[in-house]
Amino acid sequence: MSEPLLRVEAVSKRFGGLLAVDAASLVVEAGGITGLIGPNGAGKTTLFTLVSGFEKPTTGRILFKGRDVGALAPHERAALGVARTFQIVQPFAGLSVRENIAVGAHLRHPRRDDALGKAEAVAERVGLADRLDAPASGLTVVGRKRLELARALATEPELLLLDEVLAGLNPSEVRDIVPIIRDLRHSGVTILMVEHVMQAVMSLCDTVYVLAQGRMIAEGPPAAVTRDPAVIEAYLGHGAAARLAAREAAHG
Amino acid sequence: MTGPVNTSPRTSLLAAYGPILAVALVLALLPLATTANTVLNAMVLALLIALAGQGWNILGGYGGQFSFGHAVFFGTGAYAVALLQSRLGLNAYLAFGAAVAIGAAVGAAIGFLSFRSGLRGSYFALVTLAFAEVFRIVANASPWTGGASGALIKLDMRPENFQFASRATFFWIALALVTAALVATRMMERSRFGAYLVAIRENEDAAKALGVNTFRVKLQAITASAAVTAAAGAFYAQYFLFVDANIAFGTWISVEALLVPIVGGLGTVFGPLIGALALHGLAEATKALAGRLPGADLALYGALLVLAIAFAPNGVQGLFNRLKGGFSTRRAA
Ligand SMILES: Nc1ncnc2c1ncn2[C@@H]1O[C@H](COP(=O)(O)OP(=O)(O)OP(=O)(O)O)[C@@H](O)[C@H]1O
Ligand SMILES: [Mg+2]
Repeated sequence: MSEPLLRVEAVSKRFGGLLAVDAASLVVEAGGITGLIGPNGAGKTTLFTLVSGFEKPTTGRILFKGRDVGALAPHERAALGVARTFQIVQPFAGLSVRENIAVGAHLRHPRRDDALGKAEAVAERVGLADRLDAPASGLTVVGRKRLELARALATEPELLLLDEVLAGLNPSEVRDIVPIIRDLRHSGVTILMVEHVMQAVMSLCDTVYVLAQGRMIAEGPPAAVTRDPAVIEAYLGHGAAARLAAREAAHG
Repeated sequence: MTGPVNTSPRTSLLAAYGPILAVALVLALLPLATTANTVLNAMVLALLIALAGQGWNILGGYGGQFSFGHAVFFGTGAYAVALLQSRLGLNAYLAFGAAVAIGAAVGAAIGFLSFRSGLRGSYFALVTLAFAEVFRIVANASPWTGGASGALIKLDMRPENFQFASRATFFWIALALVTAALVATRMMERSRFGAYLVAIRENEDAAKALGVNTFRVKLQAITASAAVTAAAGAFYAQYFLFVDANIAFGTWISVEALLVPIVGGLGTVFGPLIGALALHGLAEATKALAGRLPGADLALYGALLVLAIAFAPNGVQGLFNRLKGGFSTRRAA
């Protein structure tokens, strides 16, 4: 088997007394969509900050294309092909949509005209083509999510880390964004996504990892993972899996 | 803070540089309208302040890194040009070039220390202020810089010494420097470096995630910023043939350097020049009107600053655009 695109090996992150990520491992195969789910505060975003280089792991290794990237700064990982979006969107508020995306495009396109051209192409892809000259601060919630996605895409990543891009969207907006993500995968971008919208996780992901209290408690195809008693307990509390099973038996 | 949205994306060369050329040509005619030395003197000073502000604007206006101590670069340029001539006997033009380079080096050193240790916002501002104060105290005490009595450049009025009998000549040289800085700023705006610098101002983490080496970009910005402000300082010393610690490293120039872009338009090409002309035009007018009322011009500065921040957060230019209707954020598609 060939080397996976991303390999996270027994990574831990300690914030003072809190072990936010506890010896978590995961593997992202090239070309697919891998999901990362878990209850609030499980450490999903923290794991993303470790993979993207914003924080350094306390212990453990992060390998991108077989190379240990643990010591690299965020901009160096971006140059290697790792892009992330932020759970709390981080637009360049004073700039237009076009200029926002062009900053990302500049990574592979030093010339301004090329970067602006690339920005327009990316805007088209995520459905922002008609908002190119709008100030980023004037975008709606879904517009900001699209912009977050567009900027990351403009860096032409091999691995795209999406942190809850669907959070806060209404069902019809979710239906608009899901095909965009599916389309990205078909164009060859590998995706690791944190998501609470289960319907999207089920329809998009090949493999899902479940993080709870910093620990990786399950992995597998989405349908199997959501039936895993350990996962149900992590979300609904201790004994929940047994109660559910009992109820199903009673009604079944 | 947010600056105004920059000019539209694919402006032609004419649209980008035409206005700079036009402004330079109009200003170049001013000395023909007057031969009064006091007026020429005021105009040279206004241009000098504009130049110092243009330097500040690169780092503060575009990069969002507010310095309270640009006097450190102004003073370095001023002392360097004076001492290199008086102590080392260097030719005035060489000394001028060297002064700019030394100013840039001081900028790089301060930038390295501050940005490496992750200083931002008011911490960065205070550190620059501290550097300016340290330089002022050292220059005031060291015998090599002439101590409290300052440093003189020997009067020898010949063009090859960068000394001219006519103030108009100095005016044109100052204008050439300001114009060069206008062009350089416009080029920066239209470059990847400029886009990265503005991205850092708007959101440093987002910039990092998109592959921006924020440390390097900030370091380059403070180096360029220091070079331009050092050029203003070197010109100042060459113009008056004298410099002392309180002039060169004094708070007045740190304040002027940040005031003119804020009043004229932060993070815009013409902001510092507009601010300098507006402030110094008004200062001259109050002097003429209020006569010798002490502190009248300072009071006016204070009032203007308050007004600018309250009513024209994007400076005089922003105010004009707003009066023209619309925020002009989408001037062209
Ligand atoms: N920089 C930090 N300093 C201290 N504690 C932190 C820091 N970042 C995260 N934490 C803590 O680490 C834990 C994991 O947080 P994280 O944001 O990774 O969770 P998450 O799985 O993304 O949750 P959510 O689904 O709510 O986004 C939380 O208890 C959080 O308070
Ligand atoms: Mg999170």
